[in-house]
Amino acid sequence: MKQLPAEYYQLLEQLQAVDFVLVELNLYLDTHNGDEEAIKQFNYYVSERKKLRKAYESQFGPLMHFGHSYSGTPWDWDDAPWPWQV
Amino acid sequence: MWVYEKKLQYPVRVSTCNPMLAKFLIEQYGGADGELSAALRYLNQRYTIPDKVIGLLTDIGTEEFAHLEMIATMVFKLTKDATPEQMKAAGLGAHYANHDNALYYENAGGVPWTATYIQAKGDPIADLYEDIAAEEKARATYQWIINMSDDTDLNDSLRFLRQREIIHSQRFREAVEILKDEQGKKRIF
Amino acid sequence: MFTPNKTYYPYISPFDPCKPIKVKTYSTPPNLYMGFQPPNLPQFSPMEALRAGTLWKPFYDPYFSPYEKVKGGQS
Repeated sequence: MKQLPAEYYQLLEQLQAVDFVLVELNLYLDTHNGDEEAIKQFNYYVSERKKLRKAYESQFGPLMHFGHSYSGTPWDWDDAPWPWQV
Repeated sequence: MWVYEKKLQYPVRVSTCNPMLAKFLIEQYGGADGELSAALRYLNQRYTIPDKVIGLLTDIGTEEFAHLEMIATMVFKLTKDATPEQMKAAGLGAHYANHDNALYYENAGGVPWTATYIQAKGDPIADLYEDIAAEEKARATYQWIINMSDDTDLNDSLRFLRQREIIHSQRFREAVEILKDEQGKKRIF
Repeated sequence: MFTPNKTYYPYISPFDPCKPIKVKTYSTPPNLYMGFQPPNLPQFSPMEALRAGTLWKPFYDPYFSPYEKVKGGQS
């Protein structure tokens, strides 16, 4: 059975960190829709996440289903491990 | 629609096989103030709340599902490969008889989740005040579970979840302020 | 000095069966004091934010069990 390298956990955590900033800014902007600085920051992290996501998916497979991620061959969306297993 | 992302919101680590802790944690899975209740409450109230705060209810409701998955991960890891003997010793004998080691939407006392835990009054202030109360109650529940847990890795994840309750409460309070504002008035920074 | 952790001293009867907890505590998290969040609050770095559970420093209010020996938590 395949084991995940230490790099998996590092890359995952980096992605989790950037995604967390996006969640926080998103909720903040839901009640502060005129804060242009925060919008700028939000858009900056949107592009940061794109890079991280690409790095992650090229090594560890698709993060999302239903066409939000490209598939490898063979179909690798349903490959273990799942988030609660790692 | 919703889409799934194959990652947890926050890393969950559990240091010991401890079904007793899982029994307590299940309160935040299928309990009155747990993450399932929170997600379903907000995502259901959003249909009849002023447009200005629908986005917030949608986003917090969605984040609650990420928290539900974190709790599920903790319960799963705490009970994975636990023997019937260990389950019985942890007070999960009745659970084991009905579910083996499967997760179930129930509270720490084994009572199944019920829609009576959540309200949709159709009154924006009544609903948002319920939401604020729900966040504070969930925060308190996390405190009591941390008090009973000596798993430092697990407590780290629980502290994250407790902190999220504080932020959600803050945003719901702001939503109330937005609804008190005059129609159409923009907030200036 | 300000602390979000409040205390009170409940009445103790000489006939209370359990060993009395003389000082009771409860938390009053920062959201109770913030009002509508002002813009440009000091932020954590992304990795710190993830670990803290919030992006904004003034909201950070970690909870540690009074029963476990505090590990990593000061105050």
